[in-house]
Amino acid sequence: MLEQQIVNAISLGSVYALFALGFTLIFGILGVINLSHGGIFMLGAYAALLLLTRVNLPFWAALPLAMIGAGLLGLAIDALILKVLRKRGAPHLMPMIATIGAAILMTSLAQGLFGSETRRFPIDLFDQENLTFGSISIPLLQASITGLSVVLMVLMIWILRRTRLGQALRAIAESPRAAALLGIPVERLFHLTSFVAAALGGAAGILIGLSFDAISPFMGQPMLHKGIAAIILGGLEAVRAAVLGGLFLGATEVFAVTFLSSEYRDALSFGLLFLVLLWRPQGLFGAAATRSA
Amino acid sequence: MRTHLLPALLALSALLAQPALTRAEDIRIGLAEALTGPASQYGVPIRNGFILAQDAINAKGGINGNRIVLVEEDERGKKEEAINVYKKLIFQDKVLLAFGPTLSNSMFAAGPIANSARVVAFGTSNTASGITDIGPYIFRSSPMEADVVPVTLKTAIRHLKLHQVGIIYGNDDAFTKSGYDVFKQALEAEHIAVVDTETYAKGDVDFKAQLTKLKAAQPDAIICPCLSEEGANILLQARALGIKVSFIGGNGFNSPKLLENAKSAAEGTIVGSPWFDGNPSPENQHFIAAYRKKYGTDPNQFSAQGYDALFIVANALRKIKLTGQLEQDRQALRDALPAIQFDGATGHFAFRPAPPHNGKPGGYDADQTPFVYIVNHGKFTLLK
Repeated sequence: MLEQQIVNAISLGSVYALFALGFTLIFGILGVINLSHGGIFMLGAYAALLLLTRVNLPFWAALPLAMIGAGLLGLAIDALILKVLRKRGAPHLMPMIATIGAAILMTSLAQGLFGSETRRFPIDLFDQENLTFGSISIPLLQASITGLSVVLMVLMIWILRRTRLGQALRAIAESPRAAALLGIPVERLFHLTSFVAAALGGAAGILIGLSFDAISPFMGQPMLHKGIAAIILGGLEAVRAAVLGGLFLGATEVFAVTFLSSEYRDALSFGLLFLVLLWRPQGLFGAAATRSA
Repeated sequence: MRTHLLPALLALSALLAQPALTRAEDIRIGLAEALTGPASQYGVPIRNGFILAQDAINAKGGINGNRIVLVEEDERGKKEEAINVYKKLIFQDKVLLAFGPTLSNSMFAAGPIANSARVVAFGTSNTASGITDIGPYIFRSSPMEADVVPVTLKTAIRHLKLHQVGIIYGNDDAFTKSGYDVFKQALEAEHIAVVDTETYAKGDVDFKAQLTKLKAAQPDAIICPCLSEEGANILLQARALGIKVSFIGGNGFNSPKLLENAKSAAEGTIVGSPWFDGNPSPENQHFIAAYRKKYGTDPNQFSAQGYDALFIVANALRKIKLTGQLEQDRQALRDALPAIQFDGATGHFAFRPAPPHNGKPGGYDADQTPFVYIVNHGKFTLLK
């Protein structure tokens, strides 16, 4: 049973990590807590669902198209809301509140367009096979999703650490003004970041929709709470820390159920959140006082 | 000239004759359901059922020539909103009776307003215990979980030869929590051991940690008083983890959505319900056909209950003489309702007075025998 629970913890954790990835990217570089990320996540899943069932595209085409769609939505939010507030030099709270509004708008829109009931991707899309190792069983689909999340995360970390683009982004994370003085096209990279973060959010929505068969207009809100918890636990501004935070949150939840009781699962994981905020505000895996997107 | 005069004369004579004849008037009935928000997945099918019934009744001449007009309000599945909407329906729209709200929680909040205004509040989807304790003006056509669950469980015990079970339910939701309480009581009454109890929170999508624990406890069946959207996921993940035993669900399981989303993982699931889509009675088959024709989708239990409820009230309206005096008519309708019996889409229906609560008279609950069915080859099949 314990081996199975370890597998459960990794698979749940990688879901949180995947969601936290785009979320933390925006925070690290734009310095904004984008609460519409849950809405983008949800609409990404719906976009893929429509492309698969209405346009009858194969999955390999639907996934990137839906990601681009989600990315464009993120771009629109940046251009219509965040940019305006940036220009105005609005205090930190403003973009947060504005993106809550955007999230509510997206939820209501999805409800009107698709109805409020839970839907799922076509069941015959993938083999519903299980990988079995002794007493452990992992749905093949879930294993590939965990694998894909890891690939996306490693790719993001590699871009940020090892490329010129990453260097420029990290410079912006350090100080947008100084970066602009150095000739870095800050606005353009803000747009790019918004696009990539939203595309990652959309991908998370699609992959999570696939592994749990639960697409609904309300799927974003609980995931947003978990995503916030993951990035606070891990460390607010670093992609690597957010990913570890997601895995840590998944493990906390699963082991709370295993060794304590499912009744106390959320009490434990969110209680831990308070403790981290009190004793290690930079997060469990974040480096104190150095910004590293 | 003469040809023009004739209609005018006719109209005049109609006007003059008016005190003697009853003029066709609209009978205003309130309908407060959750039309937006998460609870709209129940509220919208309910509303659809009501509209279907309204059209059917009016097409056949209404109530002695008077049309029934439903005054729709969206209570968004929220207590505060249900109170506001009930106040508006009762005091502003001056409806004769109000249907809804969708959730038991909301009925606990809004019911007392109707009761103290001496207007019938008629729930078609409230299954929690204690709803009709609010007072004598509270009616419901939805059988309580407490009535359905023992029947479901007895049938399941007989069919599956149960000795011990596991339970998984959402502990942060009034509906699933009350479903759990009812199951627990019924299990105690039948002396079935509970080997493990697991919970989840609203919005959860990954239940594998809880299910892994349940599997290790080796139950003969798993009780799942869950909503269908979580239920489908729980079933799929349980099968992926190699759990082979049957699931037994409450009211929330009883939805075509469960089969649609869980597919083969739902095999062997046992559910009790006031409505059965395979019920061959002509009333039910007529309802299903009409619903499909109007909305292009299959009805569910909630639409069937909404549909029947308007016919129940229409039958009561036929028994009374409306005077135009609002308070008097409201009271007459209230007094006519308890005796109404009706055979509709949900089968035979009658009211049963709720026992007095703390010495105060209660309202009326549904007196209906539930159907118990099992998922067999992807279809709900009646379990005898």
